[in-house]
Amino acid sequence: MATTAINLTPRDFKGKSDPDWCPGCGDFGVLNAIQRAVAELGFRPHEIMTVSGIGCSSNLPGYINTNGMHTLHGRSLAMATGVKMANHEMNVIVTGGDGDGYGIGGNHFTHTARRNTDLTYIVMNNQIYGLTTGQVSPTSSLGMTTKSTPFGNVEQPVNPLTSAIMNGATYVARAFSGDVRHLSSLIQGGINHKGFSIIDVFSPCVTFNLTNTHDFFKERIKKLEDEEHDVTDWKAACEKAMEFGDTIYSGLFYVSDRPALEDVEPVLKEGGPLATRKLGLGKEEAQKIIDRMM
Amino acid sequence: MGLGTYDFALAIGGEAGQGIATPGDILARIIVRRGLHLCTYNAYQSIVRGGHIFLTMRISDADIQNHGDKLDLLLCLNQDTMDRHQRLMGPGSRIIYNSDTINPGTEDNGAELCGLPVGELTEGSRNRLVQNTVGMGAIAFLMGIDFAVLEESLTLRFQRRGQEMVDENVKVARAGYEYSKEHYKAFDQPPPEGGKPLAVWSGNDALAMGGAAAGVKFYAAYPMSPASGVLHWMAANARNLGIMVRQVEDEIGVANMVVGAGQAGTRSLCATSGGGFALMTEAIGAASMMEIPVVFINVMRAGPSTGVPTKTEQGDLWQALGASQGDFERIIVTPTDSLDAFNIMPEIFNLTDKYQCPAIVVSDLYISEGRFSVDPDLINMHPNIDRGALITEPSDTDGYLRYKNTESGISPRALPGLEGYVHLAATDEHDEDSTLLSDEFTNPHKRRLMVEKRARKFDHILDDIAPPVLEGPADADVTLIGWGSTQGMISEAAGVLNAAGVSTNRLQIKWMVPFHGEEVMAILSKAKRTIIVENNYSGQFARYLRSETGFAASGHIRKYDGEPFMPHHIVDGVNAQIAGETDKYIPYQEITV
Repeated sequence: MATTAINLTPRDFKGKSDPDWCPGCGDFGVLNAIQRAVAELGFRPHEIMTVSGIGCSSNLPGYINTNGMHTLHGRSLAMATGVKMANHEMNVIVTGGDGDGYGIGGNHFTHTARRNTDLTYIVMNNQIYGLTTGQVSPTSSLGMTTKSTPFGNVEQPVNPLTSAIMNGATYVARAFSGDVRHLSSLIQGGINHKGFSIIDVFSPCVTFNLTNTHDFFKERIKKLEDEEHDVTDWKAACEKAMEFGDTIYSGLFYVSDRPALEDVEPVLKEGGPLATRKLGLGKEEAQKIIDRMM
Repeated sequence: MGLGTYDFALAIGGEAGQGIATPGDILARIIVRRGLHLCTYNAYQSIVRGGHIFLTMRISDADIQNHGDKLDLLLCLNQDTMDRHQRLMGPGSRIIYNSDTINPGTEDNGAELCGLPVGELTEGSRNRLVQNTVGMGAIAFLMGIDFAVLEESLTLRFQRRGQEMVDENVKVARAGYEYSKEHYKAFDQPPPEGGKPLAVWSGNDALAMGGAAAGVKFYAAYPMSPASGVLHWMAANARNLGIMVRQVEDEIGVANMVVGAGQAGTRSLCATSGGGFALMTEAIGAASMMEIPVVFINVMRAGPSTGVPTKTEQGDLWQALGASQGDFERIIVTPTDSLDAFNIMPEIFNLTDKYQCPAIVVSDLYISEGRFSVDPDLINMHPNIDRGALITEPSDTDGYLRYKNTESGISPRALPGLEGYVHLAATDEHDEDSTLLSDEFTNPHKRRLMVEKRARKFDHILDDIAPPVLEGPADADVTLIGWGSTQGMISEAAGVLNAAGVSTNRLQIKWMVPFHGEEVMAILSKAKRTIIVENNYSGQFARYLRSETGFAASGHIRKYDGEPFMPHHIVDGVNAQIAGETDKYIPYQEITV
């Protein structure tokens, strides 16, 4: 949590560069929502690290005024886990796209959920590979024609929410980038949650995905908050997450109070972040190691 | 390297699961407590039960760094060991075996057969490991070790499991000792009393301990032979030493985690073998581009691909040189023995912190899984720790340039979280203030500036590391050139050659990148017959030396059968080349395991 009560505005979290996204890109809404969330939570830029992979949406750390790592394609969660292990007092937000997170980074997605590392993972899911100019993605719908599936996609899309729930994520949400206020509140919830939070955000690609458009989602999105939904019921959460027809739910699907990795790792119990601890061995410990070799 | 007054080698052979490690460990501790040196090489297979395991332990009052050329004593735990190794034993040697279950061959090569009726000696014990302990008793008698010494070691080993366990083991060991005393002749020379007690460790222990001493606070790994020993040491010591140890889903995750932890500010380490290292390589380039200090260990095994997972080779030099796309700064070092493996770790962490770059430590199965005696006073557990140009005080001004274009190329580094030093680390090419060049129409002048800034860091790095030294007579007729783990065999071979009148010196290369090209050429240009010794088929180091210096050696000794060099392989190779028989000698591996 924030340490100093200085009221910053979302504008204070504006990065050095302006986004190079296409006009109308859903990612603008996500960037705004993150800036709004961290400002409203009272953070200051040096208290946050934003980590991304590679892709259109992964350029985000350059557009936000926090510490950042713009890493390798698919590796944001692994890098972010390293950051969090080394400095568990840092608030680590991970951003990226569906190809980055659910395709090339799928293994890390599975295991980060299982580990329940205290990260807030925001996926800008546009169901297409944008930066590489329009190929099928792991979340592309069946039948979708793209440059790499000119006769239609025949592979079943992944469901990031049910995957996350099954694998042990403890805060699982979905949002639409067109509703910044709602998205921002889900991000705040994710940051406040201790454990692995995933917020899958429909963030339409206006250039390469002409199926899953802003209008497509506006017509279908229904908020879970408006229904009777028990966020501790994983079965109900999965059922709601599987619906992808005339109704597509957004909101908080699932929450669990399973302890985060940082809370079950004895090495982190005392002494502050590993990154700032004194280096080198104590005389006694060193001698014990040598004695065991004799 | 003098061989001292005592040079004895024993071997224990059996199948996986027969418990070879325990008697090996008990004997090793008896030896080092006596102040004697040892080198242990375990030839094994990728199998949990069955197969054939052959543990060789060489003992001397001199510092030895290889397992030698001959065997004096063989303990067979199964028939297979007898069948495979009896023929390798010579006159004066002894073979111990359970005469209830193992039949020696008919060949008489002068080895004394020391059968032990294990059933009778143990009153019909059904513990299948009991023959090991009886055998240890026999070994102690034949070697001339007092039974009291063995008894003390067995007690130390088993006391945690209760007095009954201790008594049982001491009883059967004594039976083996007494039976041998009645029936067989001990070796003439018992092991001398050496100096002060020594310690014993593996190269993997040394790498892990060196890392811990250097201040590693984050260690990640995916299990892979022959690197897993580093993980096991780290995991066992993590809580006491405050090291975060994580076993990760794959080596890609491992590498990226250590880079992330390095950026956040811990000294971060990982270890793997070639296949895992292949998966790590993209992250190594990322660390270089983001200028993050982090250390990767590759413990080489015989490749390519899955290769021979339990066998040694020096086949990954070019993999290390080519690890990750692009043209970038990194350090590559190849430890020459277990103590060097330890000492390298603090040194390499200081270098990576100073130069803000990744480093690769290239070890191999021989050093990493071998067990060696070491003088505990030589293990500096409190080495100098220098984190380089690190900003630690917060600031109330903005405008920090993480990648500031300085004269040295080194940009003072602030750890994320420090107020006033908010910054981005990017794998895209970036400007001094981390702005991606692709956001500026890939400005070619800025690209050039940043490439040169990073490269400039290495302009004077050679001043920080010791150049290789020519050992032996300066005007020798033969110069043996090796790299990494072959130092122990080459130095002994050079000693043997010199004693036989073949004037020989040697040059062992440890630092691959940066490379002391000038210093190496100053030595080699004066050398007469130069022979490169390496444990691979194609001469990876020979090619690298030529690429760095233009120097082509007169001859080569290469081995690529999975087994390490023995000193006589090198001696034979030199003699064959002097006789004009070949300029590329491939020794025959006598011991098949």
